[in-house]
Amino acid sequence: MTTSTESPAWQKAVFDALKAGGIRQIAYVPDAGHAYAIRAAQADPDMLDTVLTTEEEGVALVSGAWLGGQRAALLMQSSGVGNCVNMFSLLASCQFPFLTLVTMRGEYAEFNPWQCPMGLRTQAALELMGITVVRASDPEQVGEIVSAALDSAFLAGERIAVLLSQSLIGRKKWERN
Amino acid sequence: MAAHTVNRRDFVARLLAAAPDALVVTGLGSPAYDVFAAGERDRNFYLWGAMGGSTAMALGLALAQPDQSVIAITGDGEQLMGIGSLATVGARRPKNLAIVVLDNGHYGETGMQRSHASLGTDLVKVAQGFGIPGAQRIDQITGVDDLARRIVARQDTVFAQVLIDADEPPRCLPPRDGSYVKNRFRAALGFHPF
Repeated sequence: MTTSTESPAWQKAVFDALKAGGIRQIAYVPDAGHAYAIRAAQADPDMLDTVLTTEEEGVALVSGAWLGGQRAALLMQSSGVGNCVNMFSLLASCQFPFLTLVTMRGEYAEFNPWQCPMGLRTQAALELMGITVVRASDPEQVGEIVSAALDSAFLAGERIAVLLSQSLIGRKKWERN
Repeated sequence: MAAHTVNRRDFVARLLAAAPDALVVTGLGSPAYDVFAAGERDRNFYLWGAMGGSTAMALGLALAQPDQSVIAITGDGEQLMGIGSLATVGARRPKNLAIVVLDNGHYGETGMQRSHASLGTDLVKVAQGFGIPGAQRIDQITGVDDLARRIVARQDTVFAQVLIDADEPPRCLPPRDGSYVKNRFRAALGFHPF
């Protein structure tokens, strides 16, 4: 866990892309990689943030937002994708536009083996349920990739996930001094 | 606990007659049939799957449309599968959201196996514990009038556990083309397909 309040530029680029793309609601199960977007949404009077008990709630919540005329995005960690699998059927059955931003675990300098079984299958699980996956690994490219995914979701009605590589987030410090 | 005696079809029909402009999201199975049997409306969204999702979907809708009354109408089994979504509702507590659980204590669609709601779970206490202090139990059809007033007033999040009898009325099947229902619902709010 990081105690730093400084956020890397790519995290700010994520929020800026959501804001510029007209996202009015974010639903999330927290992750360190989404810390800036969550704080910024909480501080933004034109954006509502909803914390979830489990990620599948978010699939239904963002679809409800679209029913009500708003763009919404689901923010989660790779482990949460597994919690969503049946709820993803809602997206296909109704052709809801869908944007999720997924911070990855289990793939880069991972310390915790319990993260690997889901992290290594996150992309496959999304694709199995008909969601297009794009990957952001270069911090310079994150904002553009999120912005492009947002356009695909809300202009073309696609279901799309942006995987934010664990290498962006960096090595997790497990020892505390 | 009081007896389960309320007729589900009568209750839902009276509720929607008293809140005619409400936006409705149903859980799958019998609650969808009940809402459809009360009369087809563009402002109905029926789940045919995605079990556990109706409350969270209604929450996203309520946050997007704060000037409309939004009702999730679902069953005890569906609400139990998405029980955490009640905590999520409690965390946001939108004034325009109501959750109406038609509780017969059983999974009706799969052969009337008993649910947790008749095996020890008190859904009203659960909702109160999740931060919905006005959660109430309704065991008479006459309770529908006050419930509708609270929903239309939009003064606080509403949660109602309605003790319905375990009869299975004739099936009354709403459209199951999700894209059609979605686009119709959005059009009723003035949103057009892209």
